[in-house]
Amino acid sequence: MRYESPDTLEAAAKLLASESGEARILAGGTDLLVQIRSEVLSPALVVDIKKVAETRTIKEEAGGFRIGAAVTGAELKEHSALKKVWPGLVEAANLIGSTQVQGRASLGGNLCNGSPAADSVPAMIAAGAVASIVGPNGRRDLKVEDIMLAPRKLALQKGEIIASFLLPKRAPHSGDAYLRFIPRTEMDIAVVGCGVSLTLDGSGTCAAARVSLGAVAARPLLVEDAAKALIGSKIDDAALEKMAAAARAACKPIDDKRGTIEFRTDVAGVLAKRTALIALERARKG
Amino acid sequence: MQERVKIPKFDVVGTRPVRPDGADKVTGRAKYGADHNVAGQLVGKVLRSPYPHARIKSIDTSAALALTGVKAVVTRDDFKDQSSEFVPAGEMLVNYRDVLRNVMAREKVLFEGHPVAAVAATSEAIARAALRAIKVEYEILPHVIDVVEAMKPDAPIVEDGMITVGVTPPPTKPSNVAKRVEFVLGDVEKGFKEADLVIEREFNTKPVHQGYIEPHACVGSVSEDGTAELWTTTQGHWIARAHCARLLGWDMTKLRVTSSEIGGGFGGKTVVYLEPLALALSAKTHRPVKMAMSREEVFKASGPTSGANVWVKMGVKKDGTITAGEAILKYQAGCFQGSPVQPGCMCAFAPYDLANVKVVGFDVLSNRPKVAAYRAPGGPISEYAVESVVDEIAEKLGMCPIELRLKNAAKEGTKAAYGPKFGPVGMVECLEAAKSSPHWNGPLGKNQGRGIAAGFWFNIGGETTVNLQLNEDGTLTLMAGTPDIGGLRASLAMMAAEELKIPYEKVRPIIGDTSTLGYNFVTGGSRSTFSSGLATVEAARSIIKQACGRAAKLWEIPEDAVTWDNGEIKPAGDNAGKFKPMKLSDIAKVAGKTGGSIVGVGAISAQGAAPSFGVHIADSEVDPDTGKLTITRYTVIQDAGIAIHPAYVEGQFQGGAAQGIGWALNEEYIYGADGKLQNAGFLDYRIPVASDLPMIETIIVEVPNPRHPYGVRGIGETAIVPPMAAINASAARATGVRMFELPLSPPKVLKAMKEAKKA
Repeated sequence: MRYESPDTLEAAAKLLASESGEARILAGGTDLLVQIRSEVLSPALVVDIKKVAETRTIKEEAGGFRIGAAVTGAELKEHSALKKVWPGLVEAANLIGSTQVQGRASLGGNLCNGSPAADSVPAMIAAGAVASIVGPNGRRDLKVEDIMLAPRKLALQKGEIIASFLLPKRAPHSGDAYLRFIPRTEMDIAVVGCGVSLTLDGSGTCAAARVSLGAVAARPLLVEDAAKALIGSKIDDAALEKMAAAARAACKPIDDKRGTIEFRTDVAGVLAKRTALIALERARKG
Repeated sequence: MQERVKIPKFDVVGTRPVRPDGADKVTGRAKYGADHNVAGQLVGKVLRSPYPHARIKSIDTSAALALTGVKAVVTRDDFKDQSSEFVPAGEMLVNYRDVLRNVMAREKVLFEGHPVAAVAATSEAIARAALRAIKVEYEILPHVIDVVEAMKPDAPIVEDGMITVGVTPPPTKPSNVAKRVEFVLGDVEKGFKEADLVIEREFNTKPVHQGYIEPHACVGSVSEDGTAELWTTTQGHWIARAHCARLLGWDMTKLRVTSSEIGGGFGGKTVVYLEPLALALSAKTHRPVKMAMSREEVFKASGPTSGANVWVKMGVKKDGTITAGEAILKYQAGCFQGSPVQPGCMCAFAPYDLANVKVVGFDVLSNRPKVAAYRAPGGPISEYAVESVVDEIAEKLGMCPIELRLKNAAKEGTKAAYGPKFGPVGMVECLEAAKSSPHWNGPLGKNQGRGIAAGFWFNIGGETTVNLQLNEDGTLTLMAGTPDIGGLRASLAMMAAEELKIPYEKVRPIIGDTSTLGYNFVTGGSRSTFSSGLATVEAARSIIKQACGRAAKLWEIPEDAVTWDNGEIKPAGDNAGKFKPMKLSDIAKVAGKTGGSIVGVGAISAQGAAPSFGVHIADSEVDPDTGKLTITRYTVIQDAGIAIHPAYVEGQFQGGAAQGIGWALNEEYIYGADGKLQNAGFLDYRIPVASDLPMIETIIVEVPNPRHPYGVRGIGETAIVPPMAAINASAARATGVRMFELPLSPPKVLKAMKEAKKA
């Protein structure tokens, strides 16, 4: 196994593109190293992108935030301006693994590991995050909801690297939240995950909303019908019930060791309501 | 923590000194199984079966042996076959025919993870490459995982030609039922006729792993002259020596086994897995071979305890008198016979004084790892079922569950269904303590329910040796041979200090190896504080006797004219007051000149072990929308006899409860249709993490065991018996639904609540 740690994304992309064997990108390594040690993966090339400044930096841009793909959950939590505007996303990243894991694990890694249960992904989708991708043919943008296609399958071409994510400028009276269901209290994987981001107008009516579900389908879902149920409402019980029904209708889960189809579908509705109420509370304060 | 019920009448016993092994453990200096390294050691790895059931047609190791850095490979061909013979080990019997096949598959692989070969190489990477290079040809056979399925007439047969024992006339057709056992007291049919209420229920439990944090690990080193050393994490190094010597055909004296510090065992480390392989590989290479399991290997190929199907029927009069108890227990043994169904049968109704009891047990094979002892093996399963029915009876009669239990509680003189009459036991005292506890009388919140359940465990004695040597400065070195899992060294040093009337700090306790001390049976059956305590007292009394003899020599008076008076050696009778009393430290100084070193030995087969009863109170809260149960308050009440070191007694109570909470709520082995384990790791095999648990409150009840000088009862195991039923009862009240299956995981609870709502 060859290890490389180039200084630029262009060099990294070139290394990845020219490797004939299996090549992997290393950010925090909390998934990759475990997979290598347990012999699930044995890549010929590992390219560490952490020497590239863009991947390790949080900066304000166009009124929003650009977050490097290899910035850790712990670093997100320590960024007070980010945490104030996107508390749901920061909390989602800090549900991943344990405290130790949160000191390494990144948004880029959580997405590119390709698990439908990744905690930060529904939060990013709800936030409307857009990934900036560098590849052998230059740079392009892709919405986070369009990146993961199926378990372990991404819409990235050979040699492409997610460099950073742009979170858009936030309107006043906006809030986001992420909740997941796990059988214990921590150090677990979502049986269902739900991210909600919404904006209220001056009268307290929902002007914009995005709802995303994790672990209920082969890929994290952006559930537009659930958002529609909220938009134009005061987010009252009727709207919440309608949203929950839409969330349940969007679920295409599997029966597995972590939960049944029936359970996941039920809980998706429950979590959607609970998450929306937290986002609402934050939007009212914001 | 609630303080002890009785005021200690001792100087040291009942206090809470710092444990002698504590500093090394919290600083990382303590050496556990995988912390031992020897110059020149090789890395040993095991090739395991990917199939749950297959005949091994051939094993070709030539490509592995041809790899640079591979020093040895062992397979079934390297071990002589063993005849079928049962011998005691821990609280279970072992058959060397099966022990051998568990260590290394012979005719067939019987579970996913079954070892088929082991390699020793100069690096881990090379060892892994060697495993990949071994070619095994399998003939895949149909498999069976579930216990009820395994008992069906057309089930695949795990052990060819096995005929059920304990059935008359013996069956003519082989089956997966190894054994049928039966315990009968009185006449249950008569008892059911007397009953005003009869409840009959069927329960299912899943296998659960001991979940020790330290995986199995060892280093075996065989010299050119055939002598060997084994370093291993074990609950019994004499047993490990016996098993290894037997499987390898060696004289016991050639093998010296040292037990490392142990990071949890709970019964699961009374078994050898890697040790014979490491020694066999070292015998081929004459280099030390280190082996350690990954967590995946621990889950797939060690432990667990049985999953089971249990049917219980109980009859009761309107006034709460239980007239009869009947149960049928079907326990999974794994791929070899020897589930803990017999102790399960014996425990089932043990907390109660009943006239009519009948319990039938079946020991059933399936294509799973062979079960190992797990804390009160067999008891938690049968008592979960019985105590859940007792709780339902209380509800149906409109009776307080404590009053119902008090009405039927076992007490001194009660004849247990499994044979003996109890001596003084603490079941009533535990129930009374529960009744007056702050927890039982405390408030409940919304969506919360409270449950209570009792539990019983026998406890054992057995062969034990302790050496106590008086050092020149009057300090003592205490050498015991039961590995210290839960604070044993502290407890033994305390009993020695109490006996010798010296400060606790003057006794340094260590665990000896198999060549430096007489035989010690395993740390198991909650026996080590009881048995090694008895041996310690015997060794201490021998020291006193010898010291008095030395004083007699110095004073030139007869030995029987010297007495031991509360830490002082004094002339007595006609000689009283003639000589200045001496302390042990005075004798120690002159020991060399008065006859040599003073060493006390307690070499005993400890008799008089007494059972321990416990009562647990659990509060659980249900999230009505997700079915998730959270334990919000928990109290353990248990009879400890006398708590030598109350903090470690409380630790055992809390540990048992924590494991029981995991067993009740989330722990289970999940198999796919392919017979492979799907959750061989702590991510999806959910033992509780710290934040899942409330502070576990404890109340130590003390009904002294009259057959121990300090009143000790074993306490380590009883604490895992009541939690499942206590939580089940609390969940029934929190959710409004009675459930009959473990674990009470959210999907099951939510489904049960939805179905109850529909009905």
